[in-house]
Formats: sequence, C-alpha cells, structure tokens
Amino acid sequence: MHHNDESKDKLTPLTTEAKLSSSVGPLDTFYYDNKIVVWFAYATAFWGIAGMLFGLWAALQLTFPSLSFNLAETTFGRIRPVHTNAVIFAFVGNGIFMGVYYSLQRLCKTRMYSDLLSKIHFWGWQSIIVLGAITLMLGYTSSKEYAELEWPIDVLITIVWVIFGWNMMGTIIKRRERHLYVAIWFYIATWVTVAMLHIVNSMELPYTWLNSYSAYAGVQDALVQWWYGHNAVAFFLTTPYLGLMYYFLPKAANRPVYSYRLSIIHFWALIFLYIWAGPHHLLYNALPDWAQNLGTVFSIMLIAPSWGGMLNGLLTLRGAWDRVREDPVLKFMVVAITAYGMATFEGPMLSLKSVNAISHFTDWTVAHVHVGALGWNGFLTFGILYWLIPRIFETKLYSKKLANVHFWIGTLGIVFYTVPMYIAGFMQASMLKQFTPEGQLKYQFLETVQQMKPFYFMRSVGGFLFLIGALIMCYNLLKTIKAGKAVEEEKAQALSLANQNVVVHGKDHWHRWIERRPMQMLFWSLIVVIIGGAVEFIPTFMVKSNVPTISSVKPYTPLELAGRDIYVREGCYTCHSQQVRPFRDEVARYGEYSKAGESVYDHPFQWGSKRTGPDLARVGGKYPDSWHFNHMFDPTSMSNGSVMPPYPWLFRRDVDATVMPAKIRAMQKLGVPYPAGYDQKAVDDMSKQAEKIAKNLAGDKLEVKPSREIVALIAYLQRLGTDIKVSENK
Amino acid sequence: MKLRNYLENIADVGIYPVITLLIFFIFFSLLTAWTIWSRKQKFSEISHLPLEESEQNTPAQHQQ
Repeated sequence: MHHNDESKDKLTPLTTEAKLSSSVGPLDTFYYDNKIVVWFAYATAFWGIAGMLFGLWAALQLTFPSLSFNLAETTFGRIRPVHTNAVIFAFVGNGIFMGVYYSLQRLCKTRMYSDLLSKIHFWGWQSIIVLGAITLMLGYTSSKEYAELEWPIDVLITIVWVIFGWNMMGTIIKRRERHLYVAIWFYIATWVTVAMLHIVNSMELPYTWLNSYSAYAGVQDALVQWWYGHNAVAFFLTTPYLGLMYYFLPKAANRPVYSYRLSIIHFWALIFLYIWAGPHHLLYNALPDWAQNLGTVFSIMLIAPSWGGMLNGLLTLRGAWDRVREDPVLKFMVVAITAYGMATFEGPMLSLKSVNAISHFTDWTVAHVHVGALGWNGFLTFGILYWLIPRIFETKLYSKKLANVHFWIGTLGIVFYTVPMYIAGFMQASMLKQFTPEGQLKYQFLETVQQMKPFYFMRSVGGFLFLIGALIMCYNLLKTIKAGKAVEEEKAQALSLANQNVVVHGKDHWHRWIERRPMQMLFWSLIVVIIGGAVEFIPTFMVKSNVPTISSVKPYTPLELAGRDIYVREGCYTCHSQQVRPFRDEVARYGEYSKAGESVYDHPFQWGSKRTGPDLARVGGKYPDSWHFNHMFDPTSMSNGSVMPPYPWLFRRDVDATVMPAKIRAMQKLGVPYPAGYDQKAVDDMSKQAEKIAKNLAGDKLEVKPSREIVALIAYLQRLGTDIKVSENK
Repeated sequence: MKLRNYLENIADVGIYPVITLLIFFIFFSLLTAWTIWSRKQKFSEISHLPLEESEQNTPAQHQQ
C-alpha cells in the first residue's frame, strides 16, 4: 500500500511540471531500504529504556544513597554521565538516524547511497554506545558534560559521524527530486555543526591510551565546553528533531506544513542565533562580561525562531484537531511541540541574569532540560515510532488503547518529574540566599539538601511513570511487529533528475539556487555557525587581558594533580561546582568569588553546573585532613543527612605513580609551567607530600598508607582556592 | 572589566560589530523579502513533498 508504483497521471505537482516539458524519460524503479530504519528503531527503543533506567537509578540514589552499593562503578558521579550520554546519543541519536534514514530516502526519491555505509554507521554507533557506557562506569571521563567520553571513543565518534555524513550527502547528491525539502536542510546543518562542535570540544592531549587532558584550560575550556554543551542541545536535540517534525508531522496529519515560508526563516534564524548563546551557561562565572552579555542577547533573540517553529508545527494541525483526539501519534506530537515551545521560552528566561542568579546550579535547570528531553525528544520519538512501525510492517498498531495509556502515563510522568524539580530548585535557591537579622546565613547547605529529599523522591516517581509508559510502548510495538511482516525493500518509482526538464517560471531565485545544491547548503550552514563561534572564541583566546593572570596562582603539585584526576574520575563535578559567584550569600558561604585567573592551569576546568552538594572552589583549608578522610569514608559521619555516597575504594587503591611523568609532560605541552625535567622529579615530590599528609592523619589516629588514593584526593581538596588566600595574606 | 577595555586592544576593532550587524541585517532582510515575494505556488509544491506517497495512495486528498 505504500508503494510508489503508479502511473504518471498520479504524479506530484513537481513532476507534473516536468511532464509539461519536452523530454520525459522512463521512470526509474528502485527500492527504499527499510531494514536499516527498523534496526535504528529497535536501537532507539532499547537504548531509550536503558537510558531511562540509568536516570531512574541515579535519581533514586539522591533519596537512597545506599543504592550506589558502595561500588565505584555505580556511584551517582559515574552513572549520571551514563544516563545523560545514553539519553542524548543513544536514545535520541538512534532516533535521529531512524527518522533520517526513513525520510531522506523518500524526500530524495532514492535508496540510501550505500548499504555498506548504512551498516557501518549502525554498528559503529552501537559500539560507541557500549564502549561509552563501559568506560564511563570504569571512570574514564573527560568530565566535560555530554562530551565525557575519552579520546579513543572521540576518534571513533568522528569516524562514524563522517560515515553518516558521507552516506547522507551521497544520497542527497544522487536524488531524483530537485528540491531539498526543509527537513533535509536541518539534517545537513545538524551534521556539519555537530562535526565542528565535537572536534573543537574534544581537543585533548592523551597521556595514556584511555586518559587525556583537555587542550584548553579554565575560562577558555569553560567557554568551549558550553559553546559545545549548549549547541549539543541545539544541534543534536533540536535541529535534527525539527527536521523530523517537518517530515513526520505532515505525514501523520496528512497535510502540508502550515507555512513553508516560515520554515525557511525558522531554519536560517535558528542556526544563525543558536551558536552564539552558549555563554548563558556561565553567567556570573569568571567569564568576561561581554561574553556573558553576548550569550544573553542571542538567547533572548532565539525565542523568535523557536516559537515560529512551534507555531508552524501546531498550525499544521489547524482544522485537524478532531483527529488529534483520535490519533495517539498526533497526540504525542502535539505534546512534543508544546514542550518544545515551553522549553524554548523558558531557556531565554533562564539566560536573563536576574533569573539565572536563582535558577543556576539548582534543580530548576534539571526541570528545564527534562521538559525538553521527556517532552520534546521523548514524545516526538514515541509519536514517530507509533507511526513508522505499523507502516513498515504493513499492519495496524496492535493496540490504540495501550498507546493512549502510554500517552497519559507519559504526560503524567513529565508533570511528576518537572513540577517537584521546579519547586525544589526555587526553594533551595531562596533558602540559600536568606540571612538572619544579625547578618548570618540562615541555612546551612545541608539543611537545604534535607528539604530537597521529598522532591527528589517525587521526581523519581515521575521518571518511573515515564519509563513504565515507554515499556508499554515496547510491548505494543512488539505485538505489532509480530502481527505484520516487514517490507524490507520497498518498491518505488520516480523520474531521474536528468529526465526532469523542469520548466522555470520567471526568474530563478538565489535561495532556490542554494536549496537545490546540498554541498553549498552544507558550506553556508558551516559558515553561519563558524561566525558565532569565532566571535566568542577569538577575543577570549587572543586577548590576554581577558584572562588576567594572578602571580600567586601556581601549577598543582604532582600529588594534587593525581588527586584532581581522581576528582575528575569520580565525577565530583556532577554535584559540586568550583565557582563562587559574586553574590552576598555565596561569598558569605564559600568565600571570595572566583576569578578567571585562578583556573589557568585547570585542564579540564571543573566549574560544574549543578550543586547537589556545596561549592568546593574554596574548600582548601576549611576542614582538617581528618575531616575529609572520615567524610570520604562515610559522608554521613561528618555531615548527618548527607546524600553523598561513600568512597571506600579510595582507601584501598594506590595512586598509579608510573603515569605521573607522562601526566607532567602532557601538562608541560599544554603550557603549564613545570620546570624542565620535572617529570623525573615528580614522583619523589609526590611521595614526600603524601607522607606529610599521612603523618598528619596519623596524628589524628587515622592510619593510612601514603600511597593510597584518598591521600592524593585530600591534597587536591586542601589546595582548592588557596592560591588567592595566600596573596591576600601577603 | 568592561567590554571597552578588551575591544581597545584590537586594532580597528570598530569595524567588526558594524560588519557583523550588516551581514546579519542584509541576510535576514533578503531572506524575509524573498519569502514574502516568492511565488506561493512554488512553496506549496515543495511543502507537499513529504505527502507524495500518501497523495498517490489516496488521490481524493490530492486537492487539499
């Protein structure tokens, strides 16, 4: 029933136009590759469930810290990145490929360029996911959010991404449809921008076959990371899904998009503006003011194209709302588009400095991203799956009723997830900012954590509901698949481009020129996104005064460096920031606000983005060594009611001294001013400092071998933020 | 530190914001003008591309 094999009189407007021209050749017969679409669909559902499970597990650990099972591999700091990476790159990633491989073939009226490339792409991507999950749980991480995977996997991602692009552009080039429908523009821009973001943000210097240091440090690393982080949201979670929306929504509603004009403006405005907005993740941080303001201005401007896109989607359904009531596919899509509208309105609001002062570092941000992830990406994916599977398997959906149940459970899940997180975020921020009439901070950080616990639990319930809904979908789709038979090779017919001697009406326009030329489209998309990035980076990298150096800031000692690597390995940044903002409450709570010059040797930066625990930028010297020792062994012994998991393995494992020279050499290459030949002395210095700390601990009746990891971690924590204190004492 | 301080360190920096604004302004003016003046029929044809299969299958809806 989906075959394209009809006679010429049923041809589309465009080919009708071609028919008017003098030469009409014979129709080509070809086959769409549905098999690869089905593979990606299975992967989408499978990794979706896995990603959500990891999310639920991580969420539950905040209420029941014992669910870390006292194992390094399963602590919050390690599985939270597994969750975020799984949802973004495994669930949404496979969802993108599923949608692109289905729609691109049909929009181009051709089979994918190469079956082999399709297969390599599929298996390459799945192996990246598996390797990623394993290495993250083993503690191999770059600590750059949503780019945590270590360098060999970064290389693999690059190769597989190039294969995807090659396959996609090859398909576009051999197409039988002159015009590139707007969805394809979004795919092209996605491909080229993600390639750029991934390569620039993954610049790192390896020092073992699975470890590396970021090529950038401090402010620059933060700027590159959030330029990437923000645009990963933009170009991995948004633009490809907008492409899918522009294809699958008209399909499901059986009517063209409301305004094709609007979609053109939507596309160019979105890719032009998005790339500039990254610095809004660093408001009030030690980033030059002009860069922060740039981020805010462009974020506000983003409302226009985002809402243009949302309205374009919703208005496509004008006059068809009665069908929305009947059709679960459309229901999912309507909620998805509404969630897109909500998230893209909230995003710019959060980038206003006054709002950001409250929301940043709290669960408000977590709520915001989940409106996008669960609502926009989740529901659009579900809608597409419900539409696609029955079509490919030439049958009806097994149960419309179950799909409706999924819809309501899922919607309830989103509400139960986000509402508690909004309340929690707002509550925590206002508690932290309160002072007593005497001018003292009213609440300890730990007291606010206690208040968060019921909300954390409610959020887990929301996540659980969402997961149950997804499982119901899997059951429904499996039953559907069993009832039908996949049309793996779908027959279609179309005129080849060479035989389409299209009559041109009036003057051909420049934009129509570009929209028929995929390579030019790719090139200009790249230019547009490069401009935004260049304006942010060049001044920050080239103009020295943007990062004022502080003479008292010195490189880390080898032991501190080893401790820092443990801090990175354990994912401490997932709960602790190292960035005191210039607010009265933060300065009173944590100490002097952070300066750009303080993190010039931080490869990678550890500013963080969320405070489930307190800021650590100035924790050095705040507590005795023994406090950290006891706290890391059992956090509740020092902070009653803490939700931090214990780290017993740090007391059993030794610091690997053999890699220390390589670490020092890598740092030297990156410009950290260790004296020449220091790599040979580093190990000695390390044991000396470790013995000193062990002796100090022994004074408090805490026996530990100086070689243990805990000693290095204590050295690092005690160093944090002390460089400035020294200069103040002078 | 104020934006001024950074910008003063780059020679002839004043031209950059002007060029950026011009590129931005001209590009979006052209784009908007084109979408407004371009032939509606053409857009309608392109926007039907995703529907071709279903239209071929259900010719009755072709007129929509």
